[in-house]
Amino acid sequence: MREKLMNFWERRRRNPCFWGLHAGPGRYLNWFLALVPFAVLVSVYLIASDIRLKENPDYKYLPSVMKMAEAVKELVATEDLRTGHYILLQDTLSSLRRLGMGMALAALSALFLGLNQGCFPGFRALLLPFTKFLSIVPPLAILPILLVAFGVHETVKVVLIFIGTAWVMSLDVHLAACKLPKEHITKALTLGASPLGVVYRVVFPQVMPRLIESVRLSLGPAWLFLLAAEAFAASEGLGYRIYLVRRYQAMDVIIPYVLLITFLGFAADWLLRTYMRWKYPWYFVVRES
Amino acid sequence: MIKTADELRRASVLFLKDVYKAYGPKVVLDNVDLAVRGGELCSLVGPSGCGKSTLFRLVLGEERPTSGEVSVGGKPVGFPSVDRGIVYQQYSLYPFLTVFDNVVFGRRLGHGILGSLGKSREFHDEAMFYIEAVKLAEHKDKFPHELSGGMQQRVALAQALIMKPKILLMDEPFGALDPGVREHLQVFLLELWERFEMTIFFVTHDLEEAVYVGTRILVLSQFYSDGRGNGAEVKRGSKIVFDRQLPRRAGATAVKDRAEFRALIQEIRQAGFDPHHLQHVTKFDLEHPDSFHDLTDEELKKGE
Repeated sequence: MREKLMNFWERRRRNPCFWGLHAGPGRYLNWFLALVPFAVLVSVYLIASDIRLKENPDYKYLPSVMKMAEAVKELVATEDLRTGHYILLQDTLSSLRRLGMGMALAALSALFLGLNQGCFPGFRALLLPFTKFLSIVPPLAILPILLVAFGVHETVKVVLIFIGTAWVMSLDVHLAACKLPKEHITKALTLGASPLGVVYRVVFPQVMPRLIESVRLSLGPAWLFLLAAEAFAASEGLGYRIYLVRRYQAMDVIIPYVLLITFLGFAADWLLRTYMRWKYPWYFVVRES
Repeated sequence: MIKTADELRRASVLFLKDVYKAYGPKVVLDNVDLAVRGGELCSLVGPSGCGKSTLFRLVLGEERPTSGEVSVGGKPVGFPSVDRGIVYQQYSLYPFLTVFDNVVFGRRLGHGILGSLGKSREFHDEAMFYIEAVKLAEHKDKFPHELSGGMQQRVALAQALIMKPKILLMDEPFGALDPGVREHLQVFLLELWERFEMTIFFVTHDLEEAVYVGTRILVLSQFYSDGRGNGAEVKRGSKIVFDRQLPRRAGATAVKDRAEFRALIQEIRQAGFDPHHLQHVTKFDLEHPDSFHDLTDEELKKGE
């Protein structure tokens, strides 16, 4: 028995599963380890909430799971008095629509700008410094100007997301286009490509995956700008709701909304990543080599 | 028989006359003359830093000579175009296209999107012909990263061949391959060259490869002497110091072990690669019938 135990420890020492440089957590341990911080966070919250609610059942800041579930149920089932839509659904759809439109516009412009800057030196000399300048302007600082210029309607939210993400993404695409081996372009010319053929049939397909990665990275800032714009001027939307109920300190609404936003962000990222794996299998090989 | 430059220019696929290339104060190519006829498999070697790649880029059209003439098919060289096919050591293939699409790419690019409509059958047959010529039919739907280095270079050959270029330029095409694969591809290239009657300009740093593959060998070197003296103020660049016709090699790589093969390599090594062996410009070994070298009075000046 003792010997078996010694053997076990010896094996563990040689093939550590957690500690040290050479650790190799197995598949199940990997999953388990990934869940640990989540479990800790949830437990701490539940315990703290439980303690507080025992002392004072009306305490608002750490609502119980039941309380949150009730609040969510109400938001899911209740129609907005003014518009007649279900609140949670409408908030989600509005926010997603703004986010989608802003990101789509930004991605298209980034592609156009970055691609042409990367390929045509004249275009680059004309617009690259300006794009760099725009990318440094803090978008939230010009929100008041945007509010004046575009009013408080849908446009301003889309514009803020666009301004906040397009320039950085276009610089990213530009870098990806510049990083392509020059041989690819020369080769295309010897294969009879026209200048536009080089840009749209040789360079474009190779910067597409980089653009998608760039969109993934920009989704974080995009949510930030969306929530900020909705906090200032909106009549529905996830950000609007959070800032609205903040006045009543309704943590039972805010916490589920934060979780929902996190989930949406995660889902968007996952979708883009899966699409890339499927559409651009060569990209990962080329990038790693 | 001395031919005039005009006669040579007319008879040549690739023609260089009095070509100089300098980067700032550094002269790389110094009065280079060269005429390559159709059907030649011309290999170019030289010590590192001699300007092989520079010469290559001039022919390709990526750079312009500081002075002098470079023409392909009788026309002065412009930007890279369908006249000149190319195979690089790497990056010849597009990673986002399959083998088939890489090969057919040239036909599609040349016709544009509208011009390609209704031609897919024709393009397909043509591409498959070349893919079969490089023996890769069963790999046609793979991406380049799924192929070995040797297979990738064969695809690159098919990709260039489909355009039927006047001259095929190859820049260290087998430089990154294992010795065995490399030798295999050398034989393979010779077969293709014979079958498609190509004109090839083959740049390599491997002497043995150059002598084995070529029907003509050119040595570009900065190690020579001339009438301009030896002082630091003389800005000398590389010249073609050795130019010979080689016997056609019949497939077998066994010739590489023969005594005369080794002797020729020794001779070339001395002529072009030995910094202490400086041949005078008038003594270069330029036995090839098309070889010509117009020396300037400066270079010919006596009593340095």
